[in-house]
Amino acid sequence: MKRVVSVILLLVFALSIFTVSFASSKNVIKIGVDLELSQAVAQYGQKELEGIKLAIEEINQKGGIAGKKIELVVIDNKSDKTEAQNVATKLAVRENVLAILGPATSGATKSAAVAATKYKVPIISPSATDDTVTVDERTGKTKTYVFRTCFNDSFQGNVMANFALKTLKAKKAAIIYDATSDYSKGLLKNFKNTFEKGGGKVIAQEAFGKGEQDFSSILTKIRDKKPDVLFAPVYYDEAGLIIKQARELGMNIPILGADGFDDPKVVEKAGKKNANNVFFSAHYSSQDTDAKVQEFIKKFKAKYNQEPNAFAALGYDLGYFIADALKRANLKFDSIAKDRERLRAAIENTKNFVGVTGVVSINKYHNAEKSAVIIELKDGVQKFKQKLNP
Amino acid sequence: MSTFIQQLINGITLGSVYALISLGYTMVYGIIKLINFAHGDIFMVGAYIAYLSVTYLKLGLIPSLIVSMTFCSVLGMLIEKFAYKPLRNSPRISALITAIGVSLLLENLMQIIMGADSRVFPRLVDEKNYHLLQGRIVVNNKQIYLLIITILLMIILNFVVKKTKIGKAMRAVSQDMDAARLMGINVDTTISYTFAIGSALAAAAGVLVGLYYNTINPLMGVLPGLKAFIAAVFGGIGIIPGAMLGGFSLGIIETLVSGYGSSMYKDAVAFALLILILIIKPSGLLGKNIKEKV
Repeated sequence: MKRVVSVILLLVFALSIFTVSFASSKNVIKIGVDLELSQAVAQYGQKELEGIKLAIEEINQKGGIAGKKIELVVIDNKSDKTEAQNVATKLAVRENVLAILGPATSGATKSAAVAATKYKVPIISPSATDDTVTVDERTGKTKTYVFRTCFNDSFQGNVMANFALKTLKAKKAAIIYDATSDYSKGLLKNFKNTFEKGGGKVIAQEAFGKGEQDFSSILTKIRDKKPDVLFAPVYYDEAGLIIKQARELGMNIPILGADGFDDPKVVEKAGKKNANNVFFSAHYSSQDTDAKVQEFIKKFKAKYNQEPNAFAALGYDLGYFIADALKRANLKFDSIAKDRERLRAAIENTKNFVGVTGVVSINKYHNAEKSAVIIELKDGVQKFKQKLNP
Repeated sequence: MSTFIQQLINGITLGSVYALISLGYTMVYGIIKLINFAHGDIFMVGAYIAYLSVTYLKLGLIPSLIVSMTFCSVLGMLIEKFAYKPLRNSPRISALITAIGVSLLLENLMQIIMGADSRVFPRLVDEKNYHLLQGRIVVNNKQIYLLIITILLMIILNFVVKKTKIGKAMRAVSQDMDAARLMGINVDTTISYTFAIGSALAAAAGVLVGLYYNTINPLMGVLPGLKAFIAAVFGGIGIIPGAMLGGFSLGIIETLVSGYGSSMYKDAVAFALLILILIIKPSGLLGKNIKEKV
């Protein structure tokens, strides 16, 4: 008899512990993170995660949202489209997160968005710039659950094409692009449209495949057509190699890129003396004298002991952006599906959110309308060139 | 015309890389009839070892080249001892599958140890560009190094195989392992040597590629490894000058396809070439058609 009682007591005790721990897990707001933390574009994901973590830490120190702390559930998508979708599914179904932050790149975000839409979870990318990330290609309709807090490639391609026409006075442009990347192809299209509308001519358009290291033969081909500028809408790994190999072949024309160039690896790979006369559009510059920017740099340096790049800043903004939406969403914690819906509506209605990388308003295409900066590389050092508003 | 010459220079540079890797491929195949698919990954390990010895031990080019070659020759011998030797009398397919396994093991091990994203190889050599024909043709000193070292290594290898005692043993083992054993040749040692030399060559290629493109990553050996295999088959597998010829031809063909067609087709052309060669002349360009004795 004694034994039975003690067993029952034990069971009651165990159950009570269980319910307590279960209740305490309800006391946090779970936000999923689906980022590229290893493989090809790990630099972007890692930097963004550092930014997100810094922001969430600050928000939690100030008391969190509605008395609850934000808990991040971070999973690596290995820079792979399919994996990004698996991660999004895992976060939505198994982890029951309210929203997903990430991925960093366009292709991964597009495939993660499929899962997010299926399970009705808002997904916000800090840096996927391809136009079709938030808008369905076939129908032209905005994807209900997909958002971004950065500018898109139409804007970025326009900025670079206008810069080539007006500032560099270029007439003939050559383009070298990655045929396996959505980001690369989207930028190519937008740059070409604006450049040719503005009276310029694209005289060469050369594709390469994933993981290419030797660009000498396509660069030779481009060199001998004598363009005024070379536009390379690629990520950092290829960017450094293209700059280096072009300069070694005696091409001294300006090389233009987009936000993919914004990484120290570009200069490391290209070499300081080759990283000259290179211009790219970016989300932010650490040389921006804005007080908000400088304060962020101070905080970031205190925590990570290094300079933040644009991706760290985008991640940081995204942390505050989601917190801002959570505050306005007026969550009731009655059911996860209803709360996700409330959060989605709040994200959609974001107006004039002030971040480090600019003032963000979400428009009807779920794009962020915000400014871009153009950065120049001089002897491998980033110089703030100009700021452009949409 | 100047464009064509420039493309030819680009092609020879790429060809040197393929030729260097395929030397080791061809040698191992020639001696024990094993296609060592891990060869491309030993090339990758070689690049990383050099990277580590330059970055952390602050060694120069030649010392780090020697460190990397030594390390990889030991690695090659170990792989042979533990992975291939137990399968020496098994069907050839088992050894081939094991080789693919070893290849994946090396790739993933390196990703765990060194992280998956690419690293920047330090600049050990000051870059100099030589302009010819009013700057329409550019050659840089790294390309010249690459070519000279490749040819030098091939000559040394040919000398070792043709003129030394160990080379004689290798040739004997490749003709008939059992007969060689009966004549007092230590077959195990000979095969170990073969792997050591082949892997050292792969390591040399890794260091040179790291130097030339100044970027390395854990999967850098996959495609060059396959291409080097094609080059070896193209020239005649098991024949050392054939590997050179195959490597240079493949590099030049790829470059010309990129330069005068589209770079998206270059891999397709490389593999189509392999299929063609195997149909027309299975023994490769320099291979002799040996009649199987029944």
